[in-house]
Amino acid sequence: MPAANRTAAVLLLAVTALAGQNLPAGATINDVEAGARLFRANCAICHGLDGSALPAADLRRGQFRRGSTTDDLFRTISNGIPGTAMPPISLTGSQLWQVVAFVHSLRNPATGAGDAQRGQAVLEGKGQCLSCHRVQGRGARLGPDLTDIGAVRSLDYLRRSLLQPSETILAQNRSVRAVTRDGATITGRRLNEDTHTIQLLDSQERLLSLLKSDLRELTILTTSPMPSYQDKLTPQDLSDLLTYLLNRKGQ
Amino acid sequence: MTLRRPLLLLLLALSLSAQVTSDRLLRPDREPQNWLTYSGAYHSQRYSLLDHITVSNARNLELQWVFQADSLDKFEATPLVVDGVMYLTQAPNDVVALDARTGRPFWVYDYRPSPRADVCCGRINRGLAILGDTLFLGTIDARLVALDAKTGRVLWNVEVADHRMGYALAHAPLVVKDKVIVGTAGGEFGIRGFIAAYDARTGQEAWRFHTVAGPGDPGHSTWSGDAWQRGGASVWLTGSYDPDLNLTYWGLGNPGPDWNPDVRPGDNLYSDSVVALDADTGKLRWHFQFTPHDEWDYDSVQIPVLADLSWRGAPRQVMLWANRNGFFYVLDRTTCEFLLGKPFVKQTWAAGLDEKGRPIKVPNRGPSSEGTLVFPGVQGGTNWYSPSYSPRTGLFYIPTWENYSSVFYKFPVEYQPGKRYLGGAPRSVIPALRREPVKTWDAESGYGAVRALDPTTGEKKWEFRMSDVTDSGILTTAADVLFTGGREGYFYALNARTGAVLWKTYLGGQIAAGPITYRVGSNQYVAIAAGHSLFTFALRTTP
Repeated sequence: MPAANRTAAVLLLAVTALAGQNLPAGATINDVEAGARLFRANCAICHGLDGSALPAADLRRGQFRRGSTTDDLFRTISNGIPGTAMPPISLTGSQLWQVVAFVHSLRNPATGAGDAQRGQAVLEGKGQCLSCHRVQGRGARLGPDLTDIGAVRSLDYLRRSLLQPSETILAQNRSVRAVTRDGATITGRRLNEDTHTIQLLDSQERLLSLLKSDLRELTILTTSPMPSYQDKLTPQDLSDLLTYLLNRKGQ
Repeated sequence: MTLRRPLLLLLLALSLSAQVTSDRLLRPDREPQNWLTYSGAYHSQRYSLLDHITVSNARNLELQWVFQADSLDKFEATPLVVDGVMYLTQAPNDVVALDARTGRPFWVYDYRPSPRADVCCGRINRGLAILGDTLFLGTIDARLVALDAKTGRVLWNVEVADHRMGYALAHAPLVVKDKVIVGTAGGEFGIRGFIAAYDARTGQEAWRFHTVAGPGDPGHSTWSGDAWQRGGASVWLTGSYDPDLNLTYWGLGNPGPDWNPDVRPGDNLYSDSVVALDADTGKLRWHFQFTPHDEWDYDSVQIPVLADLSWRGAPRQVMLWANRNGFFYVLDRTTCEFLLGKPFVKQTWAAGLDEKGRPIKVPNRGPSSEGTLVFPGVQGGTNWYSPSYSPRTGLFYIPTWENYSSVFYKFPVEYQPGKRYLGGAPRSVIPALRREPVKTWDAESGYGAVRALDPTTGEKKWEFRMSDVTDSGILTTAADVLFTGGREGYFYALNARTGAVLWKTYLGGQIAAGPITYRVGSNQYVAIAAGHSLFTFALRTTP
C-alpha cells in the first residue's frame, strides 16, 4: 500500500478505533495523530510504519508479552526491553502516552458487514477451512492459525487471499516438497530453514527436521495449496466468512 | 653477583615482554601467537601467520571452552590476546580478562553506563585496545576509560562527548605510538561526528578532527545553511594505520538525517567517506567520498584494508574497500587515486562510477513518501563485518548480502537534541540487525555469502552461499584456512582458495563478530562470539 494511502488508512483506523475500547481513556484523534508522528520518528525504523515489520512483535495484534494495558506499554516503551533490540525511548510522559494511543489504534478495528455466525458455518461446512486451518484450538495446523487473523489482516487482504490464494500467500506459509535419497516424498508447511537443514510440519502434522544433504530434491512451492473460493462460495457466503474472520481478534 | 645478574636480566625480559609497546604493535608478524589489535595488525587484513590448523586437519577442530557472557546484548566484540591472556568486552561495556587456554577469568571490570545512553542499533561494544599495561575502552555513554590490564582497575576515565546529545562509542580504540584514537557514533541522532586522539598516559585530548566540515574547513561548501551542525558522519569502527606514511584511515558514516536528504543539499562531506589523517596531528591528508549526498544510510563504516599489490605490473600501496553501497573500490592509499570500482552485489541506485570514482546516480531512487525500492537495502551489500585479505591467495574476502533490497520511505523531520533524527524508514524482508529464530523468507529476498574477489580486477573467484545473511567477520590464515560464521549460528572453516567447507559447527546463536586466532603453548586456537557467548576451538589432541 502506498504510504499516503497507508497514512490515510492509519488515520481512518485511528478514528474508527476511537469508537472502540482499544484506546487509553481520554485519547483524542489529535493524540493518535501526534502519536503517529512520534512513532514514525522513533519506532518505525524497526517496527515499520504500520507496526507489522517484526513478526515476533507485531504491534497490530494488540497483545504483548510484557503486558497490553496502557501502563504496560508505557513502561515497555520508556524502559526498553533489556537484551533485545528494543531500547528505552526517552520521550515525555504525554508523548509516551500518545505513542501508546497510536499503538492501540493499529489494531484492525474492521468488523465486516456480513453475518459472523453464518460465516462460521461456512468456515466449518462448505468451505472446509478447518481441514487445513485452526481457530481457537479446533481444526488442522497445515495452514496459518486464524485465531487472531482479524487483528492483523485487512478485509481487502483476506478477500484476496480467499479469491487468489497463490497471489497473496506469504513466504512464511510456503509449502515444501522434499524427496529423500531413498525416494520417499515428504510434503508439508515450511516452519524454518537454514543453509543445511529445513524444518517443517508434514501432511500428517509431524514436526520434521531434514538435512538438505539427505535429500535428492527440495522444492519450495510458491503457489498456495489452498483452492480459490471464487466459484465455491456465493457472494453472501464470502461476505459472512470475511465478517467471521475479521472478528477473530485473538483470545 | 654473578648469579643475580642473569636473574635480573630474566626478570627484565619478562616484564618487557608483558608490556605491549608501540613497537610490538608495529610488528605483530613477529608474534603471531598474539592478537594485539582489533583487526590483528595495523593493515587490518585480519590475516594470521599461524598455520597449525590446515586445510587437511581443520576437520579435527573441537570445542575447548566457552565464555558465557553475563549479558543479553549482542556480542560483537573481537577479543585481544596478549601472551596467553585474553581481554574482551561483555556488552555493553564490562571488560573481562581470562586465561586464553582454559577460559577461566582473572578479573571482571563492571561498567555501568548512564541509563540515558541511547544507541541506535544495540547496546554493543566491539572491543579494546592495549598499550603497555593499559587497556582502553570506549563506552556507549561516550567515555574513554583506561584500565590496568593486570587488575582491571580504572586509571582514568574521560568524557569524549555528551551522550545526552546522542554521542556514543562503539568501536575498539586505535592505539598509535603514545595516543589512543576514537571516533564518535550517533549518526542517527543528529550529532556532528569527530575523531579524537588522547594521551594514553593521561587521557588528555591531543587532537580532534571533525568529520563534518564546519565553517572554514575545506569541504564546508558541500553543506548549506546550518545542516552541518547535525550532519552525522559518525565513526563506529576501528581505523587502520600505515606507519610508513604515518596516516590513519577511518571510514565515516551517513549524513544526518538518514532518509530525508532535502534538508541537507550538497555532497555533505565527509559523510560516507574514507579520511586519511596524520597520526600525530589529526590533520586531514586526503579524503575519498564513496556516496556523495547519501539518501539510503550507506555508511562507509567498513574496515580500511591496506595491502601492497602488484598493480598493472608495478608495486602499489593500496586500500581495498567493499562498501555498504554495493561497490568494491581500490584506492591508492598514498595519493587517494581511484584505481578500480565495480559493483560486487546487485545495486540499482547508481548507473556506474565515473573516472574519478564518483557514482553516477540514477534519478528518483531516493526515499519517497510512497516508498522507493533500492538495491542494496539499508544494511548494504556489506557492512561493518570485517573482510579479510590473504597475501598468500591474493584474494579479498567479503561478508556479502546479495540480491537484497529495501523500500525507503521519507518523512518530514525536525531536529530535537538527543533524539532520533532519521527523516524516514526503510522496510526490508530481511531483518536489519538481529537474527529472528525462525527464518522463512524466500531466497529471492536475498542471501548471505562469503565472496572471494580478485582485488586487481574486482572479479568474483568463488562464493560460499548461505541461506540467511551474515554479520560475521572473516579471518584467513597462512595455511589457507578461512574462518567465518553467519546469522544462522554456524561457524565454518573454509578452504580460502576454493570456498569448500572444511569443517562446520552449529553454535546456536547469531554470529555478529569477527573471528581471531592465537596460540598458547603449541596449540593454535580460534575464537568467535555467537549469541551471548564466546566459543574457542583447537585441534583435537586425543585420537
